[in-house]
This record gives sequence, structure tokens and C-alpha cells, in this order.
Amino acid sequence: MADESYPADLKYYKEHDWVRVDGDEATFGITWYAQDALGEIVYVDLPEEGSVTGGDTYGELESVKAVSDVYAPVGGEIVAVNEKLADEPELINSDPYGDGWLIRVRLSDPADVEALMDADAYAAFLAEA
Amino acid sequence: MSERQTIFDLSRPGRRASAAPACDVPARDIDDLIPSDRQRREPARLPEVAEIDLVRHYTHLSTLNYGVDTGPYPLGSCTMKYNPRINERACSLEGFRGLHPYQSEEHVQGALLLMKRLENWLAEIAGLRAATLQPAAGAHGELTGLLLMRAYHDAQGRSPGTVIIPDSAHGTNPASVVLAGYKVLAIQSDERGGVDIGALRAMVDDDIAGLMLTNPNTLGLFDPNIVEIARLVHEAGGLLYYDGANANAVLGRSRPGDMGFDIVHFNAHKTFSTPHGGGGPGAGPVAVRDILEPFLPIPVIVGEAGDAEAGLGDSGAVPADSGAGDPAEAGRLRFDWDRPQSIGRMRTFYGNFGVLVRAYAYIRGLGAEGLKRVSDMAVLNANYLLEGMREFFDVPYDRRCMHEFVVSGEPLREHGVKTLDVAKRLLDYGVHPPTIYFPLIVPEALMVEPTETESRESLDRIIEIMRTVVEEARTQPELLLEAPHSTPVRRLDEVRAVRKPVLRARVEPEGSG
Amino acid sequence: MPHSQEDVRAMLSSVGAASLDELFADVPEQVRLDRPLDLPAGLSEAELAAEMTSLAACNVPGSELVSFLGAGVYDHYVPAVIDALVSRSEFMTAYTPYQPERSQGVLQSIFEYQTAICELTGLDVSNASLYDGGTAVAESAFLASAKTRRTGIVVSTGVHPEYRQVLHTESYGCAPQGCGGNVIEVPCDGGLTSVDALRDAVDDQTAAVIVQTPSFFGGLEHMDQAAAVAHDAGALFVAVCDPLSLGVLQPPAAYGADVAVGDGQPLGQPMSFGGPHLGFMAVRGDLVRMMPGRLVGETVDAEGQCGYVLTFQTREQHIRREKATSNICSNQALNALAALVYLGWLGKQGLPDLALLCARKADYLRERLLALPGVEPYTVGAVFREFAIRLPLPAAEVVRALEPQGFLAGLDAGRFYEGLDDVLLIAVTERRTKAQMDAFVAALARHLDAGGGAA
Repeated sequence: MADESYPADLKYYKEHDWVRVDGDEATFGITWYAQDALGEIVYVDLPEEGSVTGGDTYGELESVKAVSDVYAPVGGEIVAVNEKLADEPELINSDPYGDGWLIRVRLSDPADVEALMDADAYAAFLAEA
Repeated sequence: MSERQTIFDLSRPGRRASAAPACDVPARDIDDLIPSDRQRREPARLPEVAEIDLVRHYTHLSTLNYGVDTGPYPLGSCTMKYNPRINERACSLEGFRGLHPYQSEEHVQGALLLMKRLENWLAEIAGLRAATLQPAAGAHGELTGLLLMRAYHDAQGRSPGTVIIPDSAHGTNPASVVLAGYKVLAIQSDERGGVDIGALRAMVDDDIAGLMLTNPNTLGLFDPNIVEIARLVHEAGGLLYYDGANANAVLGRSRPGDMGFDIVHFNAHKTFSTPHGGGGPGAGPVAVRDILEPFLPIPVIVGEAGDAEAGLGDSGAVPADSGAGDPAEAGRLRFDWDRPQSIGRMRTFYGNFGVLVRAYAYIRGLGAEGLKRVSDMAVLNANYLLEGMREFFDVPYDRRCMHEFVVSGEPLREHGVKTLDVAKRLLDYGVHPPTIYFPLIVPEALMVEPTETESRESLDRIIEIMRTVVEEARTQPELLLEAPHSTPVRRLDEVRAVRKPVLRARVEPEGSG
Repeated sequence: MPHSQEDVRAMLSSVGAASLDELFADVPEQVRLDRPLDLPAGLSEAELAAEMTSLAACNVPGSELVSFLGAGVYDHYVPAVIDALVSRSEFMTAYTPYQPERSQGVLQSIFEYQTAICELTGLDVSNASLYDGGTAVAESAFLASAKTRRTGIVVSTGVHPEYRQVLHTESYGCAPQGCGGNVIEVPCDGGLTSVDALRDAVDDQTAAVIVQTPSFFGGLEHMDQAAAVAHDAGALFVAVCDPLSLGVLQPPAAYGADVAVGDGQPLGQPMSFGGPHLGFMAVRGDLVRMMPGRLVGETVDAEGQCGYVLTFQTREQHIRREKATSNICSNQALNALAALVYLGWLGKQGLPDLALLCARKADYLRERLLALPGVEPYTVGAVFREFAIRLPLPAAEVVRALEPQGFLAGLDAGRFYEGLDDVLLIAVTERRTKAQMDAFVAALARHLDAGGGAA
């Protein structure tokens, strides 16, 4: 399992998701905190295509004793899904910000990202919770 | 992986435990009987073993198990009480176990009388009008009750869409609500662990089909606002559903019907002491108020003499010495299938009859006084155990409890020990752990239900073991973290069981055995 | 209850209560019961035993008569070894294996049961059992709806009438959500489902096609053709089958069933007035996450030893709550154990031997009955251990007339099917001897000769 970290180059959402923006595309994943709370992830249910809406759920992650919805921090059209997770869901635990990414979207409105938290704000948000 | 043999591993070609009876009719060839395109080509690879192999194998497996007969089993909300042996003998009488469900009513008068009486008794215990014995388990009773609720609203020409459930509810409640076609509306608990009346007041409107409640709830607390809760729900046109998982607390003390509930399911395997069987069979009979009676599943048992006789009071015993073998003595009971408003059928035949026979024997043996004493002793035992355990655990809702209580293992977190570890360590001491991590609203929860059949000495022993385990958590936490140590297997890797699923045993292919 | 008066006094004092009544102080005055429950007074064990015996004696157990009643519950011999093992109190008085380290007995027995059901059906995954055949059919419809995201269920009327009733009732609530809300029945004249009618009934909203073999009337359905109809429509094919018949009949996987369900009563369960028995369900591997009910899997413990746990629990209600695949939170563990012991007792050769013996006996009786004047076949073609005949008299009358002679002649099909009042459904297990069958044929012949009325 990875060590706790919240990289400064990412944006964060209150449901413990992160966003890595790259031009008009963005990659989504869950934070170290979320994977730690869920425990060892054993199954990932993600859409194959379509669009996601900011604030809505788009998939599910399962540990042995829990199921967690994953939320889209911002809206967009799905352009890629991390297919490795089907066989190796544990990548989310071992490398939540790298190989454990979930989906990649073409943003409906890149400006939406500005409403998300930066790493410091997210750390403060965690401290409050 | 070390050797652990399944019955399939014991298989040896050509060995068998039984011989088929001789064929006393013409031994026609299978090809003359079954068209070849519908014949099985290869036999199913069932184990080939002798009877002694079967007996030794499953006797060995039984020793790896733990039941109420093995030791204390204070599993919250499961009511693991002792199961009197006479009930087993009763249901194994050929006059019960040898009945075919489609025999004529003349042949099954004893069974019908037993069922009719049991329905009446359950209705009386619930404080309601009528009952159905058809549901096979508690969750199945929930679905039955919710479909009755739905049929009732339909008949009123209404179609409300939601059912309110407290956040402390059993997981079956929301699952059953959805199967019954309703949406779940969760209501939070107040600081005393009951339904938050203010929140409820804000929630009820004419979209409310009903409210499902366990009372006492999963915290083991009786909701003192129950009358007001019932009034609010009824005023909105909704019905009140009583999840009887915790009925062991109130037998003869308070009746759900008197509290305002309209639908009640009982868990025969909890409250009425039918063995849990490692997860079944159980029975989940449902009692209802008169307004719901027309919707009960078919068939319904009715009868002329039977109605009067089955009303009972003290006159319930079958005249044991006066030709009880004559069905006429038992009155004439029959099945009524012509119930135009019935929801239909929840399962085949008449429910888990063999389980119902045991429940009948349990209630009949105890009578009204005995049942009340069951709840009195169950509540006394729980309070006594709570008193002994409060020293080591947080008590999040610190009130007098009913038949069970919930404590939190939060104080042990500072030693790096979780409730799961406490539970595993208890196994080493020969006590089945309480229900853990439930209800969800209490962190590190242990939900403890000793039941009435544990003696004071047994409770004292549980307390002493808890004391020891908590002491170990402080001084040698690794003992708990690595527990259990003395069980047939050590802590099991549940992650692997999902990531690399193996859901069936290895079976040797044809010819290689 | 072990408490002496002294225990009660001491325990009350330690919890700081003056009386038992005080423990119930949270119960509001107005909802306290101020009288004893209106129940008969309790009994000593000896008195209770006498009452239970006399109640049982008010019944005439079919197991002690010459019974040809089947229709889903069969009078097979139940070996002694089952009672001996199932009554082991470590099995009987345990609950669901929440603590796997101390529940390996029931967990391993379920794992073996799952294996045996997979072997019988040829499918990949079996659950730990369901309540009965009827609820298993209903659950299969919910599963198919969840998988296909469609709502239509096409079911043959050759599926046991009570299973269909359960399907209708349990899916009643689901209609708005679309889990199997829309059930279409297809006729099964002569005990064989019309494949053309199935084809006409399916459409692009059909989630499942459900066919039973042998059908309720004993007919050996053309399951491969029915499966093709289902698959062509993008629906799942659900086979309802009698586990004992799988000793001689094709396993469901062989004809393309995606799901196999049925009632396990023929596997060593006493008839017990219809319950408790067990339902079984096996599915194709890719359906495992939609499977209702408990599943046991193999894993290892901290020292690398093999062990068993409940697995894929996130499907279930205690985790997924309102999103669960089903509300079921138990199984029929003890019945599943009985079924497993029975299958071991029969063994690989014993199952086909027994199935063939039943088929031979049924064939013998069928031929003898059809030789009687006025008796006509109803079930078309080959059968396994059950078949239906047409009588020149109402079947109910024949059943009534033969009962005093110690025969349970079978089931009057008119009880469930309009227009089939003259159809009698007859089952023959290994317990029926040639002499009993001959006597039955003779008794029926006498009754028919007399033109009905007096037996």
C-alpha cells in the first residue's frame, strides 16, 4: 500500500476524488484517503463509454466488506477507461495517483475545474472531517 | 496450501455407500426410455465413497463448527437461544414429516389445526388480527409484509412511493423495500438512539407508504416515542411495519399491534427457538391488522368447527386420550384458495412446515407465563452483561437496554486494536463473538445479545473473558491482532477469496482418480 | 431458563433495578400489556410430547401409503445417515458463518454442496441454496432482468403452477422498477411447451425465458430449442429442473442454459408437508456478481492453510442495502447439507442407477394404465418419473375413491389447469413396488368398470 500523500499538481473533490488536468482532458481517480478508508479493493465497476456529469456517480469500487460509489468531480465525455483495473484492482491501493487512475474524460467545460480544491484545501478539508 | 480434504478428495472409483433397490419391473434399456438427444452423456462426478467415509467426513466437519450447544453465542439481533430437543423430536414424527402437501384435507387435519393455532397465537402475541405462515425467513417475511402494504394502498387507489427506514435498520429492510417497488427514505436516529421525531415530522407526506421499524431497535433500545411515531405515519396514510428480529425483548410485555404497528414479521428461528441450522431453514411468519387480512397470501386456513376451536384460550389441547387419531376430533379445517384480493403466493406449499412445528411446540410448552418470562430473563441478562462490560467499552447510548445492547470498541483503537480483533480473540476463549460493525451508526460496534438461556455463571464468564481480552489489548495487542490462535484455521484471507475466486472443489476428471 | 429466584434477585440488584417491571420502564404505559397473553397454559415436556403425538396422529402421512403423488414433492427414500449427520448439534445450532475461523464445518459443507450442484447442472457457479424452487424461479427472473436491463419474463405453463404463482407475486412489487414485472405465459399442451409459441412471445424486452424439464406434466422438453429462442432474442435461458432427473437427463449447461434452478426436495429431504426443503441455483460464470444469496469460496489463512469464507458479500443486503441483488440473507444450510450427504450416499453411479430405476417403474405403470379401457395418454412422448393420463372420469373423483384403499392416486391437474379436470398426474419413485403398482392398476380398473361412484 502507498504512503499517504496528496500531490500538489492535482485538484480534489469533496467525495475524495482527484483530477489531473491536461489541456481539455482530465484523468480521475480516488485519493489516498479514499482507498485507505475502503481497504483492499477487489473489484472495479466502471462504464465503458459515455459521458459523466459533475457531482454524479459513474462507477463503483468494492472492497471485501464495502461498496463505494465514485463521483465525477466535473463533467465530460469518457475517452479512456483504465482497463488494467479489471484484473488488478489493487493498483488503486498501491498507486492511487498513478497506475490506479480510473477514467479519462474530455471536459465539457475546462473552467469547471476551478471550483475544485487544491491540495492544501483538501488537506484542510480532511482535517476537519 | 496444506491438505484439507473435501468429500470429492475422498472419492475412489467404484466405491459406493448405497445400492439401488432391485428392479422388479422390466429392466428396459435407457435408450428405450429416454430419447438419446435428451440423455446425459457423462455421469455427474459425484463423490464415490462408503457410508463410513460420509459419516467420518461430516462428523469431522461438525467439530470445526460452533453452535449454541457448544457454548455462549451472544450474537446481537440473532437471538441464539437454546433449542429444546423435544421440538426436534416433535417435527420428526412421521405424522408431520411424512405428509405430502397435496394430500386431501382429511389426511392433514392435525397439520391444519397446528398451523391454525400457531397463526392465532402469533396474532395474539403481535396484538393483531391474523397471520400467514408462508414466508420462509425473516427477509422473506419483510417482502411479504411490504407487498401486503402495497396491495393495501393499491386497493385504496393510492400509490405512495417511499418507505421510511431508520439509519440503524437491518440491511434486509432497504433491500426488501426496493424489491417491493418502493424507494427508501432513511431517517436518522436522535441522540437517545430512537427515531428523530422532528425529522420524521418533516418527512411524512402523502408519498409515504409506511415506516419500517425494529422496536426495540438494533441498539437494543425501546423507542419511547412509538405512539407519536405511529400517529404521524398513520395520519399521512402510511402503515407501520414491525421488524420482529428483536421481538424476544417484549413477549407478553408489549405488543406491536398495541404500539400501533399494522404488519409484524417474526423470526421463528430467533424468537421461537427453532434451530438456526447454520443459516437456515427458518420461518418468517407475518401477522397483520384486520384491514390487511384480505390481502394475505393464499391459501388461507379456514374452518367451521376449527374457527371456534382454534380460538383457544385454555382449551387448546387436542383431547389426547379420546381417539385423537380420528380427524373428526380435531374439527374440520380446510384451505381457502378463493381470496380475490390476495397478493398471491410467496413460496410453494404452506411455508417451512417443519420449522413451524417446532415453533408451535416452543410456544405451547411455555404458554403465556413462560413467554413473558423469556423476555424478562432476556432483558435481565442483557442488562447484567451490559453492567459487566461497560467497564471496558464505550456505551454510546447509555440507557437501560432491552434484550441486547451496543458498545463501542473505540477506546481500544489507541492500542492499535479494532473490534474485529477483539472478536477474533474471543474465539480463542470459546465464546462466539457478538455481532460486529453493526449498527452502522456506532463506530467499532459490538452488538451483544446473550438471550434468556444463558445462566448467571455463563454471563459472569463472558464478562471475565472480555476483561481478559481488553487487558490483553492493552498489554499484548499482537495477541489480538493475530487472533484467533486456537481455532481450526487462523485468520482467513477474504481479499484473496474475491480476487481469485474458487467457488467449487477440485474434482478429479474421469479416469484419473 | 436457568435462573433461580436468587439469581434474579442478585442480578436485578447488580443492574440497580428494584423489579423486573422496572427493566421495561422505557415502554410507555399505554402500550404495555396489562394482562397475560391469551394463550393456553404451558406444558411439561411429557405433556407436550403427548400433545404433539396426538396432533401428528390426526394426520395420515403419505409416506405410509401407496403414494403416486408428486408434483414437485416426491416420496423418495431418505437414508438414515442423513438424519444422523444433519442432527449433529454443531451444525444444527450454529448460525450463518459470520466468524469463518470457527465455522469451517458449515462453510466447507456449503462449498461441497456448491460443487455438487455445479457437477449436476454443468454450470460454473452455484450459490449456497435458496428457500425453495418457487423463490428460486422468482430470483432467476430478477437476475435476468438485472443482467439484461429488460423487464419481460416468458414462462412456460409447464413450469410448476406454484412456482409461477410465486413469480407473479414476488414480481408484483417490482413492476415500476422493471425487475421482471411483466410475465407472459406460454402453453404447454400435452406436457410439452410449444417452441413456436415461445418464439411468438419473446421480443426485445424479454429478459428471460423459463422452461421446466421434465415439465409439470412430466414431458421431456426440447430445451435446446427453447434456449435458442431465448438467445436469439438476447434473453437469458432459465432451466427449471429436478436434480434427481439429472442422473439420466442432459445437464442444463449442455443445452445452453444460462441459469438452472429447481427444488432440492428429491435429494434426501422429507416431504414435511412441503417444507423446509431448499431451492438451488447455478449460473454461468459471468453472472456470479448478480447471483442472489450466499456464496462460499476457498482461500487460505494466515499460515497458508486452506479454509473457506463467505465471499462476494458486496452483492448482499447487509453491505449494499437497497442496491443488493436480493434481500435474501440466509440459505437453507441444513437442507443443503442433507442434499449433499444424499448425493454422496448415492454417489456417481448411484444417481444414474436410481434415476433409471424410477424411469423404468414409471414406464411400467404408465404402460399398464394406458392399457385400461378409457384411459388415454396426456403427456406426449418420453417421461422420467412422472406422467399424466386422461381418465374417463374427473380425476378428483378417482383420487377420492382410491384414498380409502390406501392409494394416493396422484394429483388432479384440474386443481391448477382449466379444462384438465380429467387429467391425473402420477409420480413413481423407487419406493413403489411392482406389486403395489399392480394393485393400484387393479383398483383403478375396478373403479372405472363400476363407472365411478362407489369405489
